[in-house]
Amino acid sequence: MTRALVGDDTAVKAGLETSRVHTIRSPQCTVEVVSDSGEGAQKCGQTFGAVSAKMGNGVWTVEIIPAEIQPPPRSPAGASGNRIRIGEDVVTNWGDRTNVCIAFNEQVLLARHLLDSIEDDAIILVENMWATHKDEDIRAEWAAVMEKLGTRNYRIIEVPMEEECLTIVDDPRKGKNMFVLGILCWMFDRDMEITRGQIAHAFRKKAPEVTQRNHDLLELGYSWADANLDVRIEVRPGLSAENTLVMNGNQAIAYGAVAAGMDLMAMYPITPATSVSHQLGEMFYKFGGVVHQAEDEIAAAGVAIGASYSGKVAFTITSGPGLALKTEFLGLSVMTEIPLVVVNVQRGGPSTGLPTKVEQSDLLAAMFGQPGDAPHVVMAPATIEECFHAMITARRIAETFRTLVIVMTDANLATGVQPFPRPTLDPAWQGSRPDMSPVPEGKPPYDWDEQTGLSRRFIPGTAGGMHTLTGLAHDENSRVAYASAVNQKSSTMRSRKMAVLHSTLRPPSVYGAESGDLLVVGWGSTKGAIEEAVDRAREEGLSAASVHLRFLSPLEPGLKAMFSRFKKVMTVEINYSDEPDMPYITDENRRRGQLAWLLRAQTLVDVDCWTRVLGEPLQPGAIHQVIRARISKGGVA
Amino acid sequence: MSISCCSLLTPVEDDREFTLDDYEGAPPRWCSGCGDHSVLTAAQRLLKDEQLKPEETVFVSGIGCSSRFPHYMNTYGFHGLHGRALPVATGVKLNRPDLNVFVVMGDGDCVSIGAGHWMHATRYNVDMVAMMLDNNIYGLTKMQTSPTTPQGYKSNTQPQGSWLPALNPLEATLGITNASFVAQTAEWIPAHLFATLQAAYRHRGFSFVRVLQRCPVFTEDIYLDAVRNPEMIDMLDHPDGVEVPDSLRQIYPNQLRHDPLNLSAARDFAADTSRIRLGVFFRDETLPRYEETRHLPLHTAEDKIRVLNEELDSYAV
Repeated sequence: MTRALVGDDTAVKAGLETSRVHTIRSPQCTVEVVSDSGEGAQKCGQTFGAVSAKMGNGVWTVEIIPAEIQPPPRSPAGASGNRIRIGEDVVTNWGDRTNVCIAFNEQVLLARHLLDSIEDDAIILVENMWATHKDEDIRAEWAAVMEKLGTRNYRIIEVPMEEECLTIVDDPRKGKNMFVLGILCWMFDRDMEITRGQIAHAFRKKAPEVTQRNHDLLELGYSWADANLDVRIEVRPGLSAENTLVMNGNQAIAYGAVAAGMDLMAMYPITPATSVSHQLGEMFYKFGGVVHQAEDEIAAAGVAIGASYSGKVAFTITSGPGLALKTEFLGLSVMTEIPLVVVNVQRGGPSTGLPTKVEQSDLLAAMFGQPGDAPHVVMAPATIEECFHAMITARRIAETFRTLVIVMTDANLATGVQPFPRPTLDPAWQGSRPDMSPVPEGKPPYDWDEQTGLSRRFIPGTAGGMHTLTGLAHDENSRVAYASAVNQKSSTMRSRKMAVLHSTLRPPSVYGAESGDLLVVGWGSTKGAIEEAVDRAREEGLSAASVHLRFLSPLEPGLKAMFSRFKKVMTVEINYSDEPDMPYITDENRRRGQLAWLLRAQTLVDVDCWTRVLGEPLQPGAIHQVIRARISKGGVA
Repeated sequence: MSISCCSLLTPVEDDREFTLDDYEGAPPRWCSGCGDHSVLTAAQRLLKDEQLKPEETVFVSGIGCSSRFPHYMNTYGFHGLHGRALPVATGVKLNRPDLNVFVVMGDGDCVSIGAGHWMHATRYNVDMVAMMLDNNIYGLTKMQTSPTTPQGYKSNTQPQGSWLPALNPLEATLGITNASFVAQTAEWIPAHLFATLQAAYRHRGFSFVRVLQRCPVFTEDIYLDAVRNPEMIDMLDHPDGVEVPDSLRQIYPNQLRHDPLNLSAARDFAADTSRIRLGVFFRDETLPRYEETRHLPLHTAEDKIRVLNEELDSYAV
């Protein structure tokens, strides 16, 4: 089920300035702004999102990114922009289909239509210069698209963007985005003072004329809309914007790393992880930290390990292909018990896959990708706020347990923008300086506590601590193992640490009732969509609940007991799984979602799954349908 | 208040005088007659002569026979991955410029699987000594062709003889932008080996030293003629590089005066493989060192919070 804007129960029709204009009130609304690359739809969408957050709306934005920097203009594959979902209350996901779509040409609009991204009764505003373009082919393309779109119930409004912008700027390609922002400000009654401030901030490094010109374009769009449009949408700001930050997940990772006291990050450019280094490159410089852009993914892991080995915990960021390249070093960090934090911003795979699109397909690779038995920690923040705090937790666990911690985010978290409460920074989050007091005579470099496997790390410079770490099997003195029992002992000690960490974790809480017909298990960025779907199912009287896991290795405690209270358990994930009714697929050979694999192995519960690899976040409406279907199929409802 | 890295170090009473014994780790397990023993001895002597504190010295290695080196030193050691010693060493030095860092690699380690890191570490010019112990063969995995195996030389993987001309590590290193120290020495000439390692240690920057090294098991014959006949060797002689030790001037009569600032002459010498040349080919201490260009004093936790709060202000609603 999708949520229509017009005709919604809460919609009210009321005259505003003139009887010509009617206002639709809605608890939430989704807007897409799409253009060719380089026309600034993203800046327009981001600014609209930020202004809405500042006014006290709930906001979630998702970038619409083509794979190339400058794809061919006027091509569906080149569509670039933003989806912005705003709400009266907190918004936790990108929603279903868009209610308003603003397109700079009909081809990028077609792209959204073909992806079934547009609500049937959506309001569409599209640049109309193409309808009368001097190039006959372009006019024909326009007509063909309009015919296709005509099969739907869209309300299409043509907007003379180019014509209007030319009254202010010579190159409308550089101005349409602010003109469109003006239209959006009128439609959603945005605070123009906040909007002007936001624009001034965005262009603060440019000449003052640039800000002025963009302000003029904003006003032009606003007054054009005022004179020509007849519909406004009211999404009342219901949140306090006090003490709130608005940022994307990669920014939250970067600032979380600083709050966690880390001051060396090594990386190699890879989408969609790279922008973490953009934040830190400027910021670390201010306090003496280092972002090292290494010659390759492997070297980035090596430099981070070398830095961690010689002092405070360092970290590296990457995405799937880079994680694969780093695996040998990750195994080494486990073997030598050098703390290391790796952030893996997942994208579509395998191989180069879908570099700019979301997927959750690296879970098993992150857990088991290293050669040999390499127990380590895998965490997955579920929101942008959690991205910030995950770095503090990851650093602390890495240090305390002398272990590798992989923090799994994804392209949805990385580029999505959401407001969250501003954290009060605590110096304790940064940890204490490494213990470099002289090592007592006879203390070995792996002085494993027999119960916990924990030991003190001897950092170069520490008197009396000289030893050689090795990736070879070794005893507590870090001597290469030549006796058969040594590897058994050291493997046990490394594994024990995971059990100890597990003993400190709290069981996750169920969203919804503690027992019932169906429990949906999720991890990572899907939390908001899953919980919204559960809400809709429960409103219908269905007995559904969900639980979201932040620790995948070790798995959070209490899952088996929790699962036993539900008739069915299933995961919802953005990775591939076979549908049970596909050709050749049997219960025996069916490949399931990655979390489902893990849960089945760890709990012996017959955990089902529903997964998609569409290169986009899951829609709450789609999950809602699945919940309905699974409950009725089992005859449990 | 800003804290420098060096203040991490716990002060140890510094009237200690280190002897060779202080640098000896586990007993070496290399084959008898292996050239690695000679390099180990030279390194221990260097640390003693320079009175380097064992706890402030790190030997980083890869995988292979020579990469067991750190185990046999009584310093901090990091015996990591095949081909990946240089990134680890770079991380150590970036984080802790106060430490003395030495890297020990084999030929397969450095110019085959780790070739990318070799090139970039040379360009980073981080202050460390990088020794490539070149025995022209994969030893630990039992006699496979390496990039430096002479053309035609038979191995288990190329039993008809190595198909291609050997890679020339000196010529390649001298072709990398920002290379600051490139030298060659031979483990069977201990006085020259020591003098070269000492010059490498004292050079501020990335000191690349190719050590010609005999493998008595697999490539015994490769350096045999050069060992027996000093006439085959040219010694590069210069006070800014390595001066031929007095003890060797009689034995090695071919001595070439070569100013190590002369890059084109260095490249010519390196490219000409008709002669074995030992000494410093190139040395320039004025080139930028990455860890210095990157290093700023670290701030306190409170300072970081201040900086972070300023940054977060721009995201405040």
